[in-house]
Amino acid sequence: MIPVLAATSETTATAFTELGAVVLVLAVLARVAGRVGIPAIPLYLLAGLLVGDGGFAAVDVSEGFIELAGQIGVLLLLFTLGLEYTSDELRNGLRTGLPPGAVDAVANFAPGFAAGLLLGWDVTEATLLGGVTWVSSSGIVAKVLTDLRRLGNRETPSILSLLVIEDLAMAVYLPVVGALVARQGAADTALTVVVALVAVAAILLLAMRGGDRLSALLAPASNESLLLAVFGLTLLVAGLAEEVQVSSAIGAFLVGLALSGAVQERTTSLIEPLRDLFAATFFVSFAFAVDAGDLLDVLWVAALLGVVTSATKLVSGWVAAGRLGVAERGRIRAGTALIARGEFSIVIASLGVGLADGPELGAVAAAYVLVTAVLGPVAARFADRLPVHAHLRARARA
Amino acid sequence: MAEVTETKLPGVGIRYEFTTHDGVRLGVLHHHGGRREIVVYDEDDPDRASSVVELDADDGRTLSELLGATQVTEAVRAMQQRIEGLTLEWIELPARSSMVGQTIGTGELRSRTGASVVAVIRGETSVPAPGPEFVFEAGDVAVAVGTPEGLELLRVALRS
Repeated sequence: MIPVLAATSETTATAFTELGAVVLVLAVLARVAGRVGIPAIPLYLLAGLLVGDGGFAAVDVSEGFIELAGQIGVLLLLFTLGLEYTSDELRNGLRTGLPPGAVDAVANFAPGFAAGLLLGWDVTEATLLGGVTWVSSSGIVAKVLTDLRRLGNRETPSILSLLVIEDLAMAVYLPVVGALVARQGAADTALTVVVALVAVAAILLLAMRGGDRLSALLAPASNESLLLAVFGLTLLVAGLAEEVQVSSAIGAFLVGLALSGAVQERTTSLIEPLRDLFAATFFVSFAFAVDAGDLLDVLWVAALLGVVTSATKLVSGWVAAGRLGVAERGRIRAGTALIARGEFSIVIASLGVGLADGPELGAVAAAYVLVTAVLGPVAARFADRLPVHAHLRARARA
Repeated sequence: MAEVTETKLPGVGIRYEFTTHDGVRLGVLHHHGGRREIVVYDEDDPDRASSVVELDADDGRTLSELLGATQVTEAVRAMQQRIEGLTLEWIELPARSSMVGQTIGTGELRSRTGASVVAVIRGETSVPAPGPEFVFEAGDVAVAVGTPEGLELLRVALRS
């Protein structure tokens, strides 16, 4: 052991210093974000831009590690997302949320898809950009609602069930684009999609039916053993899912879904610190691959797309909250709360890294998330003061 | 009691709300982790929570005591002091309980568990000192006295 260590000690030292510096910068950024009251994701992306390709400082040795840690971050993000929902909530969400979910999907996928085609990309990249603009950030939306103390509001259930539908829709969308990205012939692509969807359905069924048994099995475990078991299981299922082209992220999501009751609560508190660490490295490692110059070039595209898809999210919120009998002001609050895009958009864009227009897609997605993740929470905060309000209030009073 | 509506909040918890006699719309939000939020809705914009009080699990217990559970707790405390080593417990019978439709006597509850059912609360009424011929119904709340171990056995017998 010792000779091996000695031989690599210089690389190890560099790797440690690089990693330590990056993580420390993230710590400062997380604090700044908390102070200013914006989500940390856009700041993490900026940090990645600055140290990555075309940035000020380059991280060499630890880049591979950060990339792998980032991939684990995606799994943990999706795992904790699945962990939040019980299967009852999913069933409920599916029953009541499908019509607004469909409006949301069409209204927000279309602008991204169209923009992709206008940029001269082919259908695969355009489909990815459609996904980027479609899905709101569950993490940012939940944080905004909590921070603004709107969880008790009448429009909130409609927002939350829309997020459930979007998350479930990802279980279908991710395997499909995964197959498209693989660039096989039409017949092979169709076969891959079918295999993937069958696998998703099978795991989903298993998660809903066998979830209680799995939770009972894990219940007596100590915290240490529970953490290891859950972490191992998530990685294992994610790996197997990737093996059958389902997308590892969805595998992790479904594992989270399967856990319930006391085990779910304990796991949430155990895995959260781990998720925060790995997820932060994911956003950094994604931004590593984005050239800061490219990003400036496409900033106008992202800004334009941000404005258009903020409007389309207002439509989603308006429709979803309206179905619950919420009045105009609440419907606008619902729409503004949904504007922020975040983790899912970056996960989707990261699928296209290897494509011909992948770098440009990455730059647009990063810029787009920067714009909407900052704009969304601000818009939500001032939703009650938007100019439309005076006139709506007058109408409501009349 | 006022009509209470229940709304599920996926990923967050459950919200209950009702209108007070004065016409104020009041809600209580149960988070999955045991946290509670008390919400008062805005008069101009009934969809908006105009004031919110956040309570952790402990605060929730304190508030519920202040709202009237105090007398019961005091009575229990006094009783526990009198009979050292014995505990008093409320056990609700779910509809699936095997004891529904059975008498206290057939269940041989006291000889099996060592704990006694000293009263049964059924809806608004209560039956003090039920005899062995007393028949349980779903939703009955049995008030039982015994050692902690005995009560645990009784809980299993009544709830499964």
